Amino acid sequence: MRGNTRTNGVWLALAVLIVFGLLRYENFGSAYNIASFLNYNSMFILIAIGMCFVIMTGGIDLSVGSVAAFASVVAAYLSPYGLEVALPGGVLAGVGFGAVHAFAIVVMRVPPFITTLAGMLAAKGGALVLSGAKTIAVDWGSNFTKLGMENALGVLPWTIVIVAGVGLTAWCVLERTSLGRTVLAIGDSEEASTLMGLRVNRAKVFVYLFSGGCAGLAGVFLASGFGAGQPLEGLGWELAAIASVVVGGTLLTGGLGSVPATVAGALLLGLVFNILNFENGRGTISLSAYWQLVIRGAFLLVVILLQTRMSGGHDAADARVPD
Amino acid sequence: MRTGTRSETSPRGRPSPDVSWLRLIRRHGTVAALLALVIFNALVTPNFLQLQTLFVNISQVATIAIVATGMALVIATEGIDLSVGAVMALAGALAPLIFMSTFGVEHPVLGLTAAFVLPLTVAAACGLFNGVMVSFLGIQPIIATLILFISGRGIAQVLTNGNLQTFSNPAFSYLGTGKILGLPFQGWLTLALAAAISWLVTRTVFGRYLLAIGGNERAASLAGAPVRPVKIGAYVICAILAGIAGLIVVAINSASDAARNGNLMELDAIAAAVVGGAVLQGGRAPIFGAVLGAVIIQLVKYTLLANGVADEVALIVKAVIIVLAVYLQQTRRE
Repeated sequence: MRGNTRTNGVWLALAVLIVFGLLRYENFGSAYNIASFLNYNSMFILIAIGMCFVIMTGGIDLSVGSVAAFASVVAAYLSPYGLEVALPGGVLAGVGFGAVHAFAIVVMRVPPFITTLAGMLAAKGGALVLSGAKTIAVDWGSNFTKLGMENALGVLPWTIVIVAGVGLTAWCVLERTSLGRTVLAIGDSEEASTLMGLRVNRAKVFVYLFSGGCAGLAGVFLASGFGAGQPLEGLGWELAAIASVVVGGTLLTGGLGSVPATVAGALLLGLVFNILNFENGRGTISLSAYWQLVIRGAFLLVVILLQTRMSGGHDAADARVPD
Repeated sequence: MRTGTRSETSPRGRPSPDVSWLRLIRRHGTVAALLALVIFNALVTPNFLQLQTLFVNISQVATIAIVATGMALVIATEGIDLSVGAVMALAGALAPLIFMSTFGVEHPVLGLTAAFVLPLTVAAACGLFNGVMVSFLGIQPIIATLILFISGRGIAQVLTNGNLQTFSNPAFSYLGTGKILGLPFQGWLTLALAAAISWLVTRTVFGRYLLAIGGNERAASLAGAPVRPVKIGAYVICAILAGIAGLIVVAINSASDAARNGNLMELDAIAAAVVGGAVLQGGRAPIFGAVLGAVIIQLVKYTLLANGVADEVALIVKAVIIVLAVYLQQTRRE
């Protein structure tokens, strides 16, 4: 693996922001803030983990936001049957989209960027058709909303417990299995990986199924946490996920990446918003939602510039659309 | 109609002379699809062969086509520009602010000129930013343009406080509602811009370098092509074209809505460029192809809408078209 300098930055920034928040805001470290912060960001961490795997192979998945919206509608329709049906149903809906993407990318050899762009449109259209362009209320009588609204053992939200499980599994798969090693090898050089006899196609199919599944699970969280399947949600989620992955030091050209650093990247982006909200709350500044967009973009710019500097600009040669 | 020529530095020469039906579709697919759409509509869609239908489609396709030609330039360098929609919103938000300001009201002519020049300058600056990020800092185009994709619209909304700006300014609105020889002004503007860009690609040194860089950047660089300036040029032109499209949208509506102007335009523009024959790996810049692609995308939208197919289903159809178009382009390369 090439140097870890890329991922050190994100941990440092995360630590600085947390210390800053703890010192400046009274309720920053409160159990309520931590729980609601983690609960809300669990969806973004999930899709960032899925995105991380796709990007490590040199691909991209632009469909995650729409797929999550689609899955949230599916889960809302299935909610009367309980969590044990709605959760796998939502995840399977996401995996289904992942399977179509994998087919187009691996068999038809359409570039991931285009495939998942089309997937984004299709999932959005699908979600609107399925829901009749309305939000679909979940069944509050079943145990479905417990997932997004209650804490495990009364401490941490269920969502974040599940995300931790997914993250740990993904980490192990990446670092300890031949599948994970193949994912990284493909990103470095797909041709070399094929020549070495690695099961390239299997790994590529896996990452799109995994990303779809993560988006599906995020959709289930969305429906459960907000009490409705939301066909219009998910706009810009893919960008948040890509930003998290980049902030976490993963190269967009593939071949290098880390699950913990991606999670840290997602937390860092979420934390910037959390802190902005606290600042708004204190009344020292008054930032509209529009300013938050500008700041988010500026933040992404700073991180990218820092990354380029740290990596000695060696990715200049790799600067191209992942395909 | 197709002006996209492969660069000399490309390792592949003339296409092999096999004449299978698949090849025919690939070569003339864009025109064939367009003809099929027109014939289908003439037979099925009520009132299709009316001037009114033509006007509606021309005025709606113009913005997609203008942005798509710029996108084709960027894609030719093996890049992508996700920020076009945000740049449209930014340029569109600035123009009314300028001609509605006290200065603009007191000096109508100067104000109107500034309302065209300043937004397009800002758009060009956005393109410069994208181009510098891509060519000097070596940042992947998707990420480099993602920054303005996110914050460009935010800046536009900050400028207008998120409000809808409505105005009544016949001179400015001419851009979106004027007619020459009975046809919408923006239709003529689209053709003029496409012709200019096409000339730039096929007849100038810039164009030769552009295609060479897209065909094989390293080879072009070794051969002495000014890679960085040319790439920056492509992003700047693309952004200026997006700015023009943003102004047109505002002029059509006599209102500027920073939240909606150019929303999802990057998708339409990429789709139009690809349907028109652009290859994501670079090296081709089919400018009129991109215009044709935009017409096809618009006609598909219109066909579905006019025949009572819901908007959401139209999205799915568009998705299928994009994948199939790229699939056909892709197999041509292999």
